[in-house]
Formats: sequence, structure tokens, C-alpha cells
Amino acid sequence: MLSIEDVQVFYGNIRALEGVSLHVKQGEIVTLIGANGAGKSTLLKTVSGLLKPKKGRVLLEGKEIGGKAAQLIVKKGISHVPEGRRVFANMTVEENLQLGAYLRKDKEGLKQDYEKVYSLFPRLLERLKQQAGTLSGGEQQMLAMGRALMAKPRLLLLDEPSMGLAPLLVKTIFRIIEEINQAGTTILLVEQNAHLALSIAQRAYVMETGRIVLSGTSDELTSSDQVKMAYLGGH
Amino acid sequence: MAFLKKVGFFWGGIVVSLVIFAVVQFLLSNGTLDLFYENTLVYMAINIILAVSLHLIIGITGQFSIGHAGFLAVGAYASAIITMKLELPFPLALLVGGIVAALAGFVIGFPSLRLRGDYLAIATLGFGEIVRIAFLNVDYVGGASGMMVEHFTTWPWVFGCMLVTILVILNFTRSTHGRACISIREDETAADAMGINTTYYKVLAFMIGAFFAGVAGGLFAHNFYIIQPSNFGFLKSFDILIFVVLGGLGSLSGAVISAILLTVISAFLQDYPETRMIIYSLVLIIVMLYRPRGLMGTKEITSLFSRKKKSKGGAKDGQSETVA
Repeated sequence: MLSIEDVQVFYGNIRALEGVSLHVKQGEIVTLIGANGAGKSTLLKTVSGLLKPKKGRVLLEGKEIGGKAAQLIVKKGISHVPEGRRVFANMTVEENLQLGAYLRKDKEGLKQDYEKVYSLFPRLLERLKQQAGTLSGGEQQMLAMGRALMAKPRLLLLDEPSMGLAPLLVKTIFRIIEEINQAGTTILLVEQNAHLALSIAQRAYVMETGRIVLSGTSDELTSSDQVKMAYLGGH
Repeated sequence: MAFLKKVGFFWGGIVVSLVIFAVVQFLLSNGTLDLFYENTLVYMAINIILAVSLHLIIGITGQFSIGHAGFLAVGAYASAIITMKLELPFPLALLVGGIVAALAGFVIGFPSLRLRGDYLAIATLGFGEIVRIAFLNVDYVGGASGMMVEHFTTWPWVFGCMLVTILVILNFTRSTHGRACISIREDETAADAMGINTTYYKVLAFMIGAFFAGVAGGLFAHNFYIIQPSNFGFLKSFDILIFVVLGGLGSLSGAVISAILLTVISAFLQDYPETRMIIYSLVLIIVMLYRPRGLMGTKEITSLFSRKKKSKGGAKDGQSETVA
């Protein structure tokens, strides 16, 4: 569905991605793990059009989307849940969701999708009129995910959904990610919590300083010594 | 129900403003309010237009622009050229003033709106100064000595323009487009990620704001018999900025109220020229000390009536903090 070929991205003179290639197949959960500064978020931003690649190609179903404007990419079915949630703090939960559906015109489908989001995140329905900035961290993460789902994406990019959340809540969020995937949305998940990410993903890529250093199925990576040493804290 | 309420407020607002207009018009025509009051009222309405148009740019879209006097100047000179040099009618002059200012908004906005925060402020400040210096050096419009303009601006004209400005900007704010603009103010990156064309909306808000500032310029020019580049210095931009900040960033009614309040204060302080700026500044300091988010915060005046019964969200069972 998505394939990234030898993508290079620069921040000024600094090369953040040094030729990254990966692919995501329809219906998969693929995770991208790695330490801080490895370039995981940069890669997601490149896919969603917030950053432009200097070299290489980003293909969605065989069509080039690299370097296109963000709104065109959303239209083509990719939604991005940015790192740190970034909900619109002074707007209500409802308005946040409406903005997620900003590009959509189909009223009937919209209604269904609101229902879908409320059933995934009942908490949001309870707080529809509340300002997003007053929600707890977990609720904000739910809102950010709900907001992204309102665009009816075929591919959902999740950037560190577990960041700053209590362990119990992280489990809930990950269960919901699996539910979203089972309902037919392909997921590319960036995560520092490698253990958790590998537990729900079918395949994984490991990034270090702007490169993919390892890839394989989750099982392969979970048992790989290199990953164990570096990311799973194992022996 | 909520819809009925909205419609109620809308028509209620129209009726109230028409009543205000009629009463003032009556008092003016039978001479109870003399020329001083008429001038103050006209000036007040012009200030409201300026405040509301800048509110759209700063309060709603979050683009910190401090060159609003530049658009005022462009509108003033453009409309003065229409009536005085080309001898075309006044309404056309107002329209042309607005359109030329909107074009200026596009020309300055398109390249500079990629800047954020302080940098945009400096760029727009520079624009305002460029406009002033440009008019200072164009002999066609009188240079430093200014341009004589006939008096056309009357109370019905300013009131009509003010009402249209408020209605257009209010409706824009409440539309999907307005919501898109607010999302840019809240978080531009997230707005981008939602598929909102942020550049388009920033430029659009800038142009609409500039258009109404230009109309205000037309009204301003035809009120004072003469316009000079020195009327449009950066202090004028700061005056307008103060209306918006003092009223509360993001509150249209706040901008209107502070424009009224400050016009009244500065009009009545004219009798005390030596202490005028001291008192004016003191008022600003005191308001900002006691209402740091502005007179209205981000709320609108209608919310004072409609939100009383319902507490704003929160858990119902008395739990104020929740885990998830």
C-alpha cells in the first residue's frame, strides 16, 4: 500500500533521513522502533506531507505522494496523529472532531464515522462540549486518534501514542489501535516502547540515526539479540 | 433549541443595533447631540471596524500583525483618489478603498505569512512604515502636506459599514472557514495534518481584515477634510492592536467594547491634554493587571446569557479529575 524508496530528508544542512526504504502492506500494523533522534517522526512527517523529501520516492498504491501538500495527502487517505497529540486546546472535543472531518463532504458517511469514533472512545462522547485542553493526557490521545479517524483514512500514522501515559492507559490505547486495524485501517506505528509495539505489530523496522538497521516480522525481531540488547532491556 | 437560540441572538443583535442607530440618528437630527458627539460617534464606529477587522487576523487566525494602519492608509488614499481626483461617487470610493487594501493584504500577506510570531509582527510593522513613507513621497497625493478630502462620511454611512463588517466577520468566524482559521491559531502543524490549507486561510483572513480596514480608511479620509501620511504611523497600528488585546484575543464583542471604551476615554480626555496620555496608559495598565486575558477573555457577550444554566463540561459525578 505504502512504499518508501530511498528517502532523504534534511533539516537545513543536517540530513535526518539518510536513504530510508520501507513498505506497508494493506491491512497490516507495521511498527517503526528506535531511540530518540533516529528519524522516526521525521519519516512520518514526510509521509503525511509536513516535510518534503529531498531525494527518493514516497508511493501510495504506486502513485508518488512525496513532497505533495499535506491537504492532498489527507485527501488520498493518510491521516497523521502527531507526536504530543496536538489537539486544538481552546476548542471543544466536538469541534476538534469536526476539524478532523474537514475535507469530507459525505454527510451520511460522516454520521456513521462519528458513531464509530464514539463507540471506540466512549469517553469522548461524555466530554463533547468540554475544551480539549482540559482533558487528561489519555483523553487527549484518544481525541487526537478520533480526530484523525474522522478523515476516514485508509492508512493511519501514529506517532508515539504511549508518550507520557500511565501504563494501564497505554494498554487501553493499544487495544484500541488493534481494534482500528481490525476494522480495516492499515497502521504505521512509531513507538519507543518497543515491547508493546512488537506485541501488536505484524512487522517491524528498527531505525538508528536516520537509517533502517533491521527489519523483519515482530517475532523475528523480538527474538533477535540485537533488538533485545538495545530496546527490550533483555539479556 | 440551540439553533433557535442562535437565530434569536442574531436577530436580537440586529434589532438592538437598529434601535441604537435610530435613537442616535434622532438625537443627532434634532440637535441634542452636537457636532462634538457626532464626531466622537463616527470615530468610534471607525475604530470598531478597525478593531473587528484586526480581530479576525490576530484573535481568530492568530497571525500577529501590527501593520494595520498601513491598510487603513491604503484605503484612505485609494478612496480619496476616487472621489477627489476622479470625481466618482462616495460609495464606490469606499468599495475601491477596501478592494485596494485587500490587494495590498494579498501582496504583503502571501510572502510574509510563512513567518510566525515575532517575525511576522516585524514584517507587518515594516509594511506599515513602507506605506506611510511611500505616500509621503508621492506628489500626486500631496506628499507630506497631505491631501484635501471632501466631507462625505455621515453617521448612517459609518454605522452601516460597521454593521456589515461585524456581520460578515461574525458569520465567517462561525463557518467552517472560521473554524479552520481558529485551528491555525491553536496549532498550525496539527491544522496542516488535518488537511487544512493553512496558507490559503491565513492569506484569506489577512485579505478580509485588510478589506475592512480599507473601508474604514475610506470613512476616515472623508471625515477629517484632510489626510496626511502622519495619520497612519505605527502608533496608529498600536492603537488598533490595543483594542484587540484589551478586549481579549479571540473575542469579537471584546474588541467592540474596548474600541468603544477607549474612544470615549480618549475623547473626554481631550480637555486635559497634559495628563491625557498618562491617564490613557494607566487605564490600559490597570485593565491588563486585573483582566490579563483582556476584558472578555475569549468569550463573547452572548455567552453571558446563554451559558448560565450549564456548567462547562467536566465530570458529572463530582469527580473533577479522571484517569483517562
